[in-house]
Amino acid sequence: MIALVANPTRAVYAALIATLAIGWALVAFDGGAFTLNDIVGIQQRSAALGIVAVGQTLAILAGSLDLSVAYLISLVSLVAAETMAGQSSNILTAVVVALGVSALVGLVNGVVITKLKVHAFIATLGVALVIRGVLDHLYDGPAGRVPVDFQQLGYARIGPIPVAAILWAAVAVAVWFLLRRTRLGNRIYAVGGDVEVARLSGVRTDRVVIAAHVLCSLCAGVAGLLLASRLGAGAPTVGTDGGYDLESIAAVVLGGTALAGGRGGVAGTVGGVLLLAVLDSIFNQLEVNSFFKDVVRGVVIVVAVAVYARRTGRRAS
Amino acid sequence: MKRAIPIFLVLAGLLVAIAVANPYFLEPAGFLGFLKRVAPLAILAAGQYFVIVSGEFDLSVGSLVTVEVVVAARLIDGDEAMTWPVLALLIVIGLLVGLVNGLVTTKLRVPSFITTLGAMLILSGAVFLWTGGAPRGALSQGFRVFGREGVWAVLILLVAVTAAVLLMRADFGRTLIAAGDNERAARLSGVRVDRVRVFAFMLSGLSAAVAGILLGGFAGVSAQVGQSLEFQAITAVVLGGVVLGGGRGHVVAAIAGAFTLEALFTLLNLHGISGALEYAVQGVIIIAAVAAGGLRLPALRLSPSKV
Repeated sequence: MIALVANPTRAVYAALIATLAIGWALVAFDGGAFTLNDIVGIQQRSAALGIVAVGQTLAILAGSLDLSVAYLISLVSLVAAETMAGQSSNILTAVVVALGVSALVGLVNGVVITKLKVHAFIATLGVALVIRGVLDHLYDGPAGRVPVDFQQLGYARIGPIPVAAILWAAVAVAVWFLLRRTRLGNRIYAVGGDVEVARLSGVRTDRVVIAAHVLCSLCAGVAGLLLASRLGAGAPTVGTDGGYDLESIAAVVLGGTALAGGRGGVAGTVGGVLLLAVLDSIFNQLEVNSFFKDVVRGVVIVVAVAVYARRTGRRAS
Repeated sequence: MKRAIPIFLVLAGLLVAIAVANPYFLEPAGFLGFLKRVAPLAILAAGQYFVIVSGEFDLSVGSLVTVEVVVAARLIDGDEAMTWPVLALLIVIGLLVGLVNGLVTTKLRVPSFITTLGAMLILSGAVFLWTGGAPRGALSQGFRVFGREGVWAVLILLVAVTAAVLLMRADFGRTLIAAGDNERAARLSGVRVDRVRVFAFMLSGLSAAVAGILLGGFAGVSAQVGQSLEFQAITAVVLGGVVLGGGRGHVVAAIAGAFTLEALFTLLNLHGISGALEYAVQGVIIIAAVAAGGLRLPALRLSPSKV
């Protein structure tokens, strides 16, 4: 057990398995059962949050954080749906435009943080407010139309596995590869660990932080596309309703990545997102009050981080 | 206090611009109305200041304000006799939430961003679990008088500002800034870092309780009363030149930041830029203000006058 807790990534998967087992028992006791449909549902629901959280992992590992993802998701869903305007022939253009907008927002976040030296919290909060203003000014409600072809992304399955889950897995594996096997990945850890040491070792730290933010925003953009395909349209509140900003940060931290940066990884984040999703579906099965869910979620996040903190503290002392 | 000069200039400029656009602002009733609107945010900013200057965050104050108002409405339920006991209870709730935030952050070593994010989820979940999803009950007239009557709101604001200034001048203030500036150095010189931080969180909780009492009277009971107030409070503090990460900044400047934010909203409204674009303008201004503050920092670090 101690060995399990020693590594936050392993700890979160242990917690995930334990939660699944306990949940299974509780649901069975309640007279229900987890079906294949429920498990597919878990993957469906967690895909969007999962993709955002994988991106957020990059920002947090680099010692930053991104509070603008929720509004960016809404913006991307609208941009994509309006560009598609119901025509299958526009899908490619729309995806390119949507990801272009995301990359641009990430670039702005990164440049404001590194070149203007604004704390990431304020920089991304400010950018979030700007996007919010634009959204509120231009849109009153859902707009644009997503062609049926593109809706496959949100609903289709290959065998029992939803396409959305495959997309999430692909993003996670790509980011995992980036972090473990590329120079940029190493530099993200270096900058997040100690920005001064990284700078003195010849890393162009500003570029690394900007790259992390562009990638983080691109992930949010992919999640926005996914949500647009699921809704069949763009919606100005889809990002904030899902609480993707704080929820993604919570999932990353639940997965054992240090909020201060430099320690953690994508595997933990995936575990964190799945843990939140499993908790959610157990509560749905048991028909637990949604406010109670919030309470439990808050307790789980704080307790998990307290456990990790104890562990690292002991190692240090 | 040097860092804080720009915010006062900006505030003065905004106030003049408001007065030019709307002369009613200069009349006592008009200005009192403005103060009444500012009071809750200014008090929250003062509370948030203590936490930020000690090197932490408090994201739970928005939910806490909602909790305070909803609890007050349900318990008072229109009964005047309940006013004072409930007011006392609200203060206790605020201090208690701050105590828990502080203890979890310092003793369990959970980053305050996560502690207070968790507290935010727990508080808003718990209060609506208790009331069944929507606010219930009603506030009494005796309760609403604090937020509704400008004189009361201004009086409470004055007391809060005075108390904050006195606290920062006392030993507490010096140790708080020391803890935020360099925790290790502070610890080694005998500052009880954990204790002052817990106290800072309690002050933030207390400020949320007072802001809740004012907002309940001013805006009435709703489930959204505290929404995004945590971000507004943090924005106000940062606008006042207080550095996230701790150790630098003055409490009066943080409060001036709240005044500036509210004056900005007022001015935008006067010029018909309401609602939608207001957020965009707010976002740009926050970034610009902090960027301007940050760009001066290297010069400050070089000057020998700064310890």
